[in-house]
Amino acid sequence: MSGEEFVPLSLTPLLIGTFAAIACALPGNFLLLRKQALIGDAISHVVLPGIVVAFLLTGAISTWPMMLGAAGAAIVAVVMIEAIRRLGQIEPGAAMGVVFTTMFAAGVLLLEQSDTSAVHLDVEHALYGNLESLIWLDATGWASLLDVQALTGLPPELPRIALTLIGVSLFIWLLWRPLKISTFDEGFARTIGIRTGALGMGLVIMAAIAAVAAFDAVGSIIVIAMFICPPAAARMMTNRLETQIAWSVLFAIVSAVSGYVLAGYGPLWIGGADAVSAAGMIATVSGVILAVAAAFGPCRTRAGTPGPA
Amino acid sequence: MLWDALSLQLGYNATLVAIGATLLGVSAGVTGTFLFLRKRALVSDAISHATLPGVCLAFMVLVAFGGDGRNLIGLLLGSAISAWVGLLCMNWLTRHTRLAEDAAIGAVLSVFFGFGIVLLTVIQTMGVGRQAGLEGFLLGSTAGMLWADALIIAVGGAATLGLVMIIRRPMMLVAFDPEYAAARGLPVHRIDLAMMGLVMAVTVVGLKIVGLILIVALLIIPPVTARFWTNRSDYVVVLSGLAGGLAGYLGAALSASAPNLPTGPIIVLVSFGFFVLSLLLAPTRGVLAAILRHVRFQRRVHIRQGLLALAQGQKIYEPLTIRLLRRAGVVRADGVATEAGKACAAKALRDEKRWEVVRADQAHEATAALYDGLRDIETVLTRDQIAEIDRRIGGPQGVAT
Repeated sequence: MSGEEFVPLSLTPLLIGTFAAIACALPGNFLLLRKQALIGDAISHVVLPGIVVAFLLTGAISTWPMMLGAAGAAIVAVVMIEAIRRLGQIEPGAAMGVVFTTMFAAGVLLLEQSDTSAVHLDVEHALYGNLESLIWLDATGWASLLDVQALTGLPPELPRIALTLIGVSLFIWLLWRPLKISTFDEGFARTIGIRTGALGMGLVIMAAIAAVAAFDAVGSIIVIAMFICPPAAARMMTNRLETQIAWSVLFAIVSAVSGYVLAGYGPLWIGGADAVSAAGMIATVSGVILAVAAAFGPCRTRAGTPGPA
Repeated sequence: MLWDALSLQLGYNATLVAIGATLLGVSAGVTGTFLFLRKRALVSDAISHATLPGVCLAFMVLVAFGGDGRNLIGLLLGSAISAWVGLLCMNWLTRHTRLAEDAAIGAVLSVFFGFGIVLLTVIQTMGVGRQAGLEGFLLGSTAGMLWADALIIAVGGAATLGLVMIIRRPMMLVAFDPEYAAARGLPVHRIDLAMMGLVMAVTVVGLKIVGLILIVALLIIPPVTARFWTNRSDYVVVLSGLAGGLAGYLGAALSASAPNLPTGPIIVLVSFGFFVLSLLLAPTRGVLAAILRHVRFQRRVHIRQGLLALAQGQKIYEPLTIRLLRRAGVVRADGVATEAGKACAAKALRDEKRWEVVRADQAHEATAALYDGLRDIETVLTRDQIAEIDRRIGGPQGVAT
């Protein structure tokens, strides 16, 4: 395919999908090791009421209020889960289940009650996202990458998700040692003076930011898949955290790119007429990667030793 | 309007939905209890999301064979098969790889759901009309529910309930103590699978009414609600069924009473309402009960310390202590002890001395462990023992005022 077609139609969705996948997979590594993998699931459910409330308050589909609303809802959910868990002495899984289903139900109800039929805001959109529509119309070819005027026409999701990715990477890079220590041995981390409570909260908030930014661009299904599948697959490949993160980034990129390509062109190869959902395909590919890693990965068993020692 | 809905007089469809939702609520509440007590509540999330590809595949197969793509039995069968596959994947991931259960849940949930969405877009582009019904399975759609649909839901719900009743004892045993169950020779793994199978059945039955995203709420919230009220597992099962059924009934009635109130979310919110009420009001485990307990404890400490201070002739500065002592008629407004107060204070000081003797005596070691500064010594020692201790302390001494 030539640059004239590729750059305006496929480059930006590919980049956005890839950035979103990496931004979710990075904190996902730590969440997976801390047995908090389902936080991503909970956050992506509660984002819906946040967005609807923001829409009702501002009366317009504008990005910043909606992202603020989503982030607010995520924080409310985390606080509620913690409160219910402590006040009711309920196991965390059940507390999470109570909170996110209720908030999601409230979101759906608000959506049905308010007059949002005129604008593009519906549950399906929130679930699958709209990766295919994030095209860069001002581009005419590879040369547009150097053309300032064309660059201003980039879909705003791209710089936003890129910024989020940088933020997430910085967070993990700066707090690498405390994060690593507290993930593997919380007691030891506390004795050497790391504030594990604040660090854990920071990690969850970072994950929430990544989830909200990715959600805005690609829908919640990719968010859940990318929080869990690439890190889980990477976990089967190695026992070292550094290597695991590298693998997870690689898996995230492969899922995003091949998922997008398969969704866009796969049906054409087998004689279909239309593309299928890119978000769904990316999630599916990440699942296939996980399945392969789970079946053949060198460190897939619980003991973690590659082969008979 | 609401009353009409509650008394099932709002027309044929509303009545069908209300009955169906009630039955669904009961069976989901009962089944979910075992899941919750087994601490695997979120497994239901994976199961419910894993139904989507099955629904889509069943639709495609039905259409390919020239049938009506919206045949509920066919769709439910498909969803059951894919949910079962998802369940097996999840079990395999947790048993044969190093992944923890939460990661396996998340992986199955997202991948199956993503694949379902791919299939959904495939169906949309297949150009077969009337695929709109499928998206109803995401959030439930009760409008246009048929008698046959209601019948399927009723029969499915009742069958699930019956099965739960038959295998409730082994399931309860496994939920509380899997090791003991294994030692008794029960096939723990198979019982777990049966439990999940029942959850799957409820999920599949509930797809039509509340949809696959919200069915999780019906499986989790009622058991959590019921757990507040009792410590006996069989009562939890019954209460959870009641809470679920009531939420289903009220929610369906509410949603029928006004436009733009989708049934699924309303049922979930009613259920959550019950949960909040229980969280606040339940005896012993509720927040209110805990606050009352705390206040009562605080008062006992203040009165006790106040009495000891009085007995030793110290001045009391703490306003709460003075207020409590005044209310008990122990001190006057100026902080001076009344006659009755002096007696109480002397008794308190004497009890403290008696405790001191008890705690110093090896023979009373078990009793001494009960000392917390508040317990009346009469509740732990016999009169003879107290008399013996008093003999060691000596006669009563005057109280300084």
